[in-house]
Amino acid sequence: MSHTESTHFHWEHTLHELKHYLPDQAPLKDFIHHNTLHGFQSNVFFNALQKATSIFGYRTLLPIAEFRNKYHDGKIQKEIILEVLQDQYPNQVDFWFEEMVSAPINEEINERIGDLRHQWMVQTGIDLDSIVQPMLFRILCSYLDQGISLWRFPEKDLSFLDALRKMEENSNASFFTIKSVRESFIKQEYTLTDLLRKLVGNETLFEHYLFDQQFAHQGWSGMVSNIENQPQSLLDGRKISLEDVIIFELYLELDTLTRKLGTDFKPLGRYSLPKLPALFDPCQSEHAQRVAELWQICFEKSFYSGVLSAVKSKISNTNRVKNASFQAVFCIDDRECSIRRYVEKNDPSAETWGTPGFFGVAFYYQPEGGKFKTKLCPAPVFPNHLIKAIGGNQIRKKDLHFNQQTHSLIPGFLITQTLGFWSAIKLFFQIFRPTMSPATSTSLQHMDQGSDLTIEFKGQFQDDLQIGFTINEMADRVEGLLKSMGFIDQFAPLVYLVSHGSSSVNNPHFSAYDCGACSGRPGSVNARVICHMANHPEVRSLLHQRGIDIPETTRFVGALHDTTRDEMVFYDEKLLDSYQTELHVKNKETFSKSLEDNALERSRRFVLLDSENKKSVVHQRVRNRSVSLFEPRPELNHATNSLCIIGSRSLTRGVFLDRRSFLNSYDPSIDPQGDLLFGIVKAAAPVCGGINLEYFFSRVDNQRLGAGSKLPHNVMGLIGVANGIDGDLRPGLPSQMIEVHDPLRLLMIIEQEPSIVLSVIQRASETYEWFKNEWIHLVVISPSSKEFYQFKNHTFEVLQWAEQPPVIVQHLQKIVTTEHDNLPVMLLES
Amino acid sequence: MISNFIHLILILPLIGFLGSLLIPEKKENLMSGWSFGLVGFHALLLISLAFLWFFQQDRMADENIRDWVLYKTDKYEFFLDFCYDRVTAVYSIIGGILTFLITVYSRYYLHREKGYKRFFNTVWFFYLGYHWTVFSGNLETLFVGWEVLGISSFLLISFYRERYLPVKNAVRVFSTYRIGDVGLILAMWLMHHLWNENITFLKLKNLELVHDHISQHSLVGVVIALMILLSAYAKSAQFPFSSWLPRAMEGPTPSSAIFYGSLSVHFGVFLVLRTYPFFENQISVRIFMGIVGLATAFIATNIARVQSSVKSQIAYGSIAQIGLMFTEISLGWIDLALIHFAGNAFLRTYQLLVSPSVASYLIREQFYNFQPQPHNRIHWLPQKWMNSLYILSLKEWNLEVINFHLFWNPLKQGGRLFKFVRERHIWYVFTPILISGIGLLLYFQSHGMEHSTILSIAFALLGMIMVMRSFAEKNNIRLAWWMIAYNHAFIALAVSFNEHFTYKHNILYLSGLTIAAIIGNFIISKLKRNEPKIHLGYFQGHVYEYPKLALGFLIAGLALTGFPITPTFIGEDLIFSHIHEDQWLLAGIISISFILDGLSMIRIYSRVFLGPHDKNYHEVAFRSS
Repeated sequence: MSHTESTHFHWEHTLHELKHYLPDQAPLKDFIHHNTLHGFQSNVFFNALQKATSIFGYRTLLPIAEFRNKYHDGKIQKEIILEVLQDQYPNQVDFWFEEMVSAPINEEINERIGDLRHQWMVQTGIDLDSIVQPMLFRILCSYLDQGISLWRFPEKDLSFLDALRKMEENSNASFFTIKSVRESFIKQEYTLTDLLRKLVGNETLFEHYLFDQQFAHQGWSGMVSNIENQPQSLLDGRKISLEDVIIFELYLELDTLTRKLGTDFKPLGRYSLPKLPALFDPCQSEHAQRVAELWQICFEKSFYSGVLSAVKSKISNTNRVKNASFQAVFCIDDRECSIRRYVEKNDPSAETWGTPGFFGVAFYYQPEGGKFKTKLCPAPVFPNHLIKAIGGNQIRKKDLHFNQQTHSLIPGFLITQTLGFWSAIKLFFQIFRPTMSPATSTSLQHMDQGSDLTIEFKGQFQDDLQIGFTINEMADRVEGLLKSMGFIDQFAPLVYLVSHGSSSVNNPHFSAYDCGACSGRPGSVNARVICHMANHPEVRSLLHQRGIDIPETTRFVGALHDTTRDEMVFYDEKLLDSYQTELHVKNKETFSKSLEDNALERSRRFVLLDSENKKSVVHQRVRNRSVSLFEPRPELNHATNSLCIIGSRSLTRGVFLDRRSFLNSYDPSIDPQGDLLFGIVKAAAPVCGGINLEYFFSRVDNQRLGAGSKLPHNVMGLIGVANGIDGDLRPGLPSQMIEVHDPLRLLMIIEQEPSIVLSVIQRASETYEWFKNEWIHLVVISPSSKEFYQFKNHTFEVLQWAEQPPVIVQHLQKIVTTEHDNLPVMLLES
Repeated sequence: MISNFIHLILILPLIGFLGSLLIPEKKENLMSGWSFGLVGFHALLLISLAFLWFFQQDRMADENIRDWVLYKTDKYEFFLDFCYDRVTAVYSIIGGILTFLITVYSRYYLHREKGYKRFFNTVWFFYLGYHWTVFSGNLETLFVGWEVLGISSFLLISFYRERYLPVKNAVRVFSTYRIGDVGLILAMWLMHHLWNENITFLKLKNLELVHDHISQHSLVGVVIALMILLSAYAKSAQFPFSSWLPRAMEGPTPSSAIFYGSLSVHFGVFLVLRTYPFFENQISVRIFMGIVGLATAFIATNIARVQSSVKSQIAYGSIAQIGLMFTEISLGWIDLALIHFAGNAFLRTYQLLVSPSVASYLIREQFYNFQPQPHNRIHWLPQKWMNSLYILSLKEWNLEVINFHLFWNPLKQGGRLFKFVRERHIWYVFTPILISGIGLLLYFQSHGMEHSTILSIAFALLGMIMVMRSFAEKNNIRLAWWMIAYNHAFIALAVSFNEHFTYKHNILYLSGLTIAAIIGNFIISKLKRNEPKIHLGYFQGHVYEYPKLALGFLIAGLALTGFPITPTFIGEDLIFSHIHEDQWLLAGIISISFILDGLSMIRIYSRVFLGPHDKNYHEVAFRSS
């Protein structure tokens, strides 16, 4: 928009733009990682960052001082800086080197958002935000509240505006102070444009004004916009739209300004305003931004070159493990990267695989007694199937401390005198001997181990969803899963499908810790379902016809790995025969040893935990973290993620990736057209890229793009968190989740011919955008020539980098018990 | 035996606090170990003391320890006094246990948080004030602790000092506390005249004595009681002050839990329990207290019912129970009130600590137990009334607006009336006035003339105008600062005209604050050299670059406003002993001045040093957070 007279206000367009740029985070229970700056994704990465900074005032790269520290610590190498500068500024290498390393750089930013509306303050001294916002937030939160308040919003079944109108109509109290404003609100006298005319006057300023207004509380506006797009994310549904909220906010502003300035106050546009740049005018590249960009490139190259060298050293060996003792399929999640390494170490004849943790089966799930259905597949997928759990013996424990009656008068009186003293004892034990309590959110709760699942279709439907799958559908799912991994032969007697989930307490972001491929839930049901399918004799015979031979002696076993506690449970073990049971018992030992090793490796990040203790002691302490009220970091989730490797395990087997990589198994040789690869990349780019960029931006500007420290967070209406009681919602990740993260863009490495990969990534434009605009780096390893190619300027070119011989470690355990920082990629001595 | 014990108990928190200041920022383990070790030990001592006291020969006899006399004249004595009775026993043990649990909790919870050290320092400061207050044996001693509690509250609410809302709310809460302080200052003044001494709480238990005195001065008795209640209501978030409590929940959750969930907020109840003998025979006041308690309970319950954020819900739930405690006291059920306090303190602490779990717990409950339409409501109430009650409760019964209009707007507007006063007037107008005032005073004295109430009130008014001007100033820091200092000088002058106020008194009163004023001025000048643009228009967050200057300024500010770190504190008390019990106007003007002094100082400090940093070359939070 520009401020010339020729442009007019197009409400639909403005609304569309607003929703496009507002934060898009779902309510707490559905926390799903996404690119925080998704609104700018159609721009090339660095241009997008510059725009986000100039327009909205976000910091988008690390402070230059921090880059310089990394340089002095040797994490960014001088050779790489010189190489990058040689490439970018061949004639001015010295100048830019000076700018990067030592020159004083002014990093102040001067954003455009808020300029116009701030003029109320300048011209009239009225601080609209501090008057309007607290009331607006409270009303919004009460309307959307999912179960905190004792009294629900009186007319919550009506749409937001209708509910407010009906209440105003039928009440002696009012949210407004001016009678005429209240009446016009009830009578719906003004449209949105009318209101803007009264408040702003000048039509050319309308869009800017609305942007200023909504971005002054982008947390709430973003939440409203998200709920408007996906109303099903609230269990107790509400009809709300961003338009409704804007109209109400404009009415509140009208009320305030009328009160302060009188009925016929002068609209903002009629004051003599300074010349303000239009919000979306082209942005100039700032010098500080340019310097930070150069640093970012060097930072990324410094890390990637070690990774590429390590992978290159492994490239010659593409053999699979012969006569594997068992096979275990894990989620691609970066947290499973290390446990796979330990499983392979503790049983060298074991083979591990990686695939998205919903295992190719998409469905809704309804536990016994559940009033709702939970989606268990990637968020953008809308399944047609329903799986119900029947039976089981899980008991949900209650905790009176969460009972709202403690806040009312007489029950509160009785409870404080009785339960109050019990609280003291409870608190004492929770501090000195933390144990599982009803407050804990644990992955095991998701599904009762003893329940039965309605996996096979018996002709029943519920709410238009088919209950269970037909044999054919099952065979399709199993075939799809196995082929996408390239896992179509050499089946061991036991194949484990290991889903993952997490456990934590006092953690409003609990669903961010579960499996992203299962819409922020644990993947246990999916693991059981796919195993049932793969074990089904009719499915196997169909698979046989399709060229996948699973021996009769092979059995698929579902499992759940709790990534916080490093514990594993196995499902349907009673179905194993005696020989399988014998093997299973042995394998379980391998798993439990690996879990202990994994806990030890994770413990190196937890500074307050002494990793030099006995493994079992460390493991117990790691487990305690998941149930301790006072532990803001039960686990570090996806922190430090920076790689996504799509190819055979032989590329990474024996490589210490420091839990930084998403690993997706893929066999280029059975995918000459790239169809399987397309299925993988289509999901991996937004999922891994989304996780990576959410961590990236929450790390570089934790105040504006992240949620700040979680210690003062207050849960609002069960849908979001805010600081204190009057604050805006805080989308993004809290500082405790991102503090050890290095903001590096994802490097995706694919094992396939560049020509095939090129055609694959160009197949869907939304996928291509990730690569074309450099939000994800892409490197391809040609299986035929063993050459590395880099995707750049819409094409692949041979990649050259300063190869260093990879570091070989002999005593990994020693390193993981003494080092707290991010480690370089290393090779394990085999 | 017991008195030695009590001394040890009072000294330990001071050692803990001072020790915590010396521990380096990086030594997290040392800091937390020092804290929970010492607090744990202290809690054990407190429990042992209670046992000792319980099983001593003279079972559960009230103890009084008359300590250091800090200042003495023929008719005035400022002495520290401590006591121990069942109220002390309950409050001290619960405070010890809860603080111990919270320090252990925070050891992990605050790990790696910027300000780890500051957090523990502030908790220690609070702990010091807590026990000082709980053990105090007279109002003067109690006031020392009371002031420490106020400042530590301010510091904990503004723990996240780089954000806007914590700072705004910290100033907001502090201002309510100051209103409470007026009550206490005036109560002290009248008490002093009523008894002709700084009476100890123990003496108040002598029913006949109290009864005699009050029946002679029934009006004074009522006023004292009301002033104490004013102070108690402000501190315990009772009607009409309730709305500050939820706004105080800005610090890390454990600090909100012990301060605003359990300990700090029960101090109003404590004050009334402490002075209960004074109320005992004043039936009308007790009825008033009972009614306000019930009214608060009713209003707060309704507000709690509509809260959709977990912490504000707990806050209002707690206020309602505290309202009931006041009612219990008014009925004479002291033991019940003590039990109620303990239960409420534990319950709210735990509820706040587990409050982040509410999301996963209630979402799970909802998943299994959701009922589409329980419009929880009062069934016999017509929909229109229900809607009205809902809206009214959502607006917190307009308490926030009322507070603002009733207390702060008049002062701000009053201050703006004197906008024409500029910095230069300090030197060209007020200094000459002050000097001529002193000259006049000397003339009066040398000619043995009577004191002049008119002049006294005139100078006091002039002083009050200055501090109001300071409070309303938006730009000139030096003006705002010196106006506070001059306010004190004019008060000293006013009192000197009122009664025989010796040089010695004046020196006692003015020495500390003169030094503080000069130090403060030095800090302002230094800051101005580097940051010529600083002003008082909004929060500018210069603590980011100048943490040491900020700390220095805060200490100077505290000294300037009579915080108990300089003799000025005693001087302030002394001044009131020179105002006669019928000089309501003078007492009113001076107490308002004192209150505004503190407020204006905190305002300057916050505007200059706290809040989102003016220079955004680094991460700066949005104003809405």
